Amino acid sequence: MRDEGSVLLVGVGGQGVVLASAIVAEAALRAGYDVKQSEVHGMSQRGGVVSSHLRFGPRVHSPLIETGHADTVVALEWNEGLRALPYLRKGAPLIINLQRVVPPGACRDRMSGDITYPAVAVEALATQVGDVRACDATALAGRLGSPKAANSVLLGVLAPLLPFPDEAWLGSLEDHAPRGTFPANAEAFRAGRGLRYPDETHAQAALARSAEPVGPRTRLEPPRLEVIEAWCKGQACGICVRACPETCLAIEGAGKVQVPRPQACTGCRLCELLCPDFAIMVHAEA
Amino acid sequence: MAHPASTSLHGTGESLSGPATRRLLLSGNEAIARGAREAGVRVAAGYPGTPSTEILEALVRLDPGRQVYVEWATNEKVALDVALGAALGGARALCTMKHVGLNVAADTFMTAAYTGVRAGLVVVSADDPGMHSSQNEQDNRLLARFAAVPLLEPADSQEARDFAALAFDLSERFDVPVVVRTTTRVSHARGVVISGLLQVAPLLGFERNPSKLVMLPGFARARHRAVLERLEVMARAAESSPLNWIEWRDRTVGIVTAGIPYTYVREILPEVSVLKLGWSHPFPVDLAREFAAGVERLLVIEELEPFLEEQLRATGLSAEGKQWFPREGELTPEIVRRGLEQAGVLPESQGTLYATGATASRPPVLCPGCPHVAPYMALRQIGAVVAGDIGCYTLAATEPLAAMDTTVAMGSSIGMAIGLARSGGTSGPVVATIGDSTFLHAGLPALADAAYNGTRVTVLILDNGTTAMTGGQAHPAAGTTIRGDAATTVDLPALCRSLGVGFVRVVDPYDLAETQLALQEAVASPGVSVVITNRPCVEVPVKVRDHPFTVIDERCIACQSCMNLGCPSISWTGGWYEGRRKVQIDTVTCTGCTVCAQTCPTEAMVPLPGWSPRR
Repeated sequence: MRDEGSVLLVGVGGQGVVLASAIVAEAALRAGYDVKQSEVHGMSQRGGVVSSHLRFGPRVHSPLIETGHADTVVALEWNEGLRALPYLRKGAPLIINLQRVVPPGACRDRMSGDITYPAVAVEALATQVGDVRACDATALAGRLGSPKAANSVLLGVLAPLLPFPDEAWLGSLEDHAPRGTFPANAEAFRAGRGLRYPDETHAQAALARSAEPVGPRTRLEPPRLEVIEAWCKGQACGICVRACPETCLAIEGAGKVQVPRPQACTGCRLCELLCPDFAIMVHAEA
Repeated sequence: MAHPASTSLHGTGESLSGPATRRLLLSGNEAIARGAREAGVRVAAGYPGTPSTEILEALVRLDPGRQVYVEWATNEKVALDVALGAALGGARALCTMKHVGLNVAADTFMTAAYTGVRAGLVVVSADDPGMHSSQNEQDNRLLARFAAVPLLEPADSQEARDFAALAFDLSERFDVPVVVRTTTRVSHARGVVISGLLQVAPLLGFERNPSKLVMLPGFARARHRAVLERLEVMARAAESSPLNWIEWRDRTVGIVTAGIPYTYVREILPEVSVLKLGWSHPFPVDLAREFAAGVERLLVIEELEPFLEEQLRATGLSAEGKQWFPREGELTPEIVRRGLEQAGVLPESQGTLYATGATASRPPVLCPGCPHVAPYMALRQIGAVVAGDIGCYTLAATEPLAAMDTTVAMGSSIGMAIGLARSGGTSGPVVATIGDSTFLHAGLPALADAAYNGTRVTVLILDNGTTAMTGGQAHPAAGTTIRGDAATTVDLPALCRSLGVGFVRVVDPYDLAETQLALQEAVASPGVSVVITNRPCVEVPVKVRDHPFTVIDERCIACQSCMNLGCPSISWTGGWYEGRRKVQIDTVTCTGCTVCAQTCPTEAMVPLPGWSPRR
């Protein structure tokens, strides 16, 4: 182990990236190193990406890790681990939690229903990166009875990679763990440190393979909207215009309902279901 | 070379944290608070703004004995007035703000350079290159030069502590406000700090001096001359200041730098000579000449504007800077390396990086249960042109709410709504949306303008009782002070009525129908109308967690109405209904706001069975 190091911790706002990073920083300080640590507050806390750069050594100048120079990346979340790959030094270990936090924006293409979130492909990742240390920290911490200690599991996986003595780690953990939770976090830390690699990664890859979700899609043809203008009350009602989730419909002036955005219709039938005058129908066939 | 700054403080023996040589891991903001406290600051005022906010919060924590008066001011202008008044009263004063805050305070700032200070006045401007959480990335070093005041640029937490403390001495020595300019990577990076001792700065007391402090034109003319004369005196002092130093190493290339880029230079080019400027305005011309004469090639590495580069060029030195390093965005080690490669200082990197592959983008979003969501749903429904403002709710401009048309500066929403309405060029009602803290900051004069001139606009005040975007700071309508003491509370509805607003309605933003009907009524009423929401922020200062909801899967017809809220607790399941994805609620993060259930046509969203508040 070299006498200096750069650790990038990444995750999602609310996962505790900053606290986990503070624990590593304090451990480095207790081990007698100079330390720099950088994170971004503000907008990124609102469910966005959170990353914390941590560097230690005899004398550290920059608080930021250069791309390709991280001695390890600790990802609290799968997608963020992938995003951070350009920071990882070639050949260096990637510690990655199998926790998935799917952002709302990944569920937006209503026509295809595709969720734009990368598959948990542990084996493919191991082929690309080599030293992947995957674990399901949330599940492991849950089995120990304290699911909130998941980050301590990951710090346990990190510990053998860094030249800090045990008392530095545990002292820092005790300083930062919420009141009364130190024993649970110390247990989670030891459990993480006890994981054997690459065995654990192989086991997780097998689990991920067996957990392929969901049945196939029963896609309908693009729907067709039919308006019976004689029955539509226009502006006097307007229920369908307000109810349509895709804002396909509009009523101009004294006219009847029109379909200015037919291509956005997903065929949900809310207009048909809610029209008090049976003036609009959704036909499933094109 | 020696690291100079930390030795020049003369302590009185008392330390804020036990032994004076204790190594602390502090953010730049915490370090500034510590430096100011150790320098005997007596009055501190600021307005929250990323990345400056934590300075005053840290100062409160460092001062349990309440030796310092600390306040969240209504806005940065008020904060600087308070600080200047305190300094003229003879008390060392600190004023903190983000970069754009100094625009708000600029009126006082420019003329405070004329009046001078008596006791030390330090203005911290926390700039945000890269705009991690800002609407622009202006370089406030230019404002310090504009005002002809000293500019200190710390590069890390130790310097942040040292410079903040020294800034008070400089301020008193030259009778001038001093700007300490940080950037996000200084304010929010942690580093080891060796703390100093607590100084006792004497209370100098107020001294009448109208010709210096009453800026009538006749007095101000003389003061402008004094400002310019002082600039020359300060320039001579900057030449020999321990805040500026030369590190002689290999002389093929010499780098002039200041602030955070210095740390990147030291990592990437540990063997080159460096002119490190901690006190960068007034510019130490002779020191720069000495450095330039000692190196074969002169490069400048600085974030944003070519501030140092222009000074060097004005001195007649041929410096290379922005031709290799970008003028926009934040510098990073890899950007500095690329620039050095392009400049031929470093050979081209051979290695490649791991590719990211396909990842899900993760922009910031409004939180589960955020009371700002439903009002923007309603605004979209009524087809309003929406002038937005600065706060969490600016996120309503993004999909799926997509219900905001403009956002420019603190408080701009109302004035811009007046202009949009008076332009005659908009179809549909014009609505300004503004948070409670932002309204009190700069929205109030514009609302008075709308009422006074009888402009037909609707103002939606999103009152969540806190300054949420920056982490939940109190303000004059929040009921507490920065120290958590009870305070008088602005009565927003009464305030609006007193300005002459005829239509004032308070609504529950968790009630979609009530909110929409109130907004419809407001936009239909003549003259200016105000709708105020009344739900607190769900995250700060108190986490609001009510009975979470869940989805009865067989009831969900996958209509996607709830997905239009953009709630992070709602996502697609693996299941389909007629080719559309069904939805699920994450019951751990759901706050039980009920808004999604109000959009659901099939009553598929129900309170989670078996839940109890105490678990």
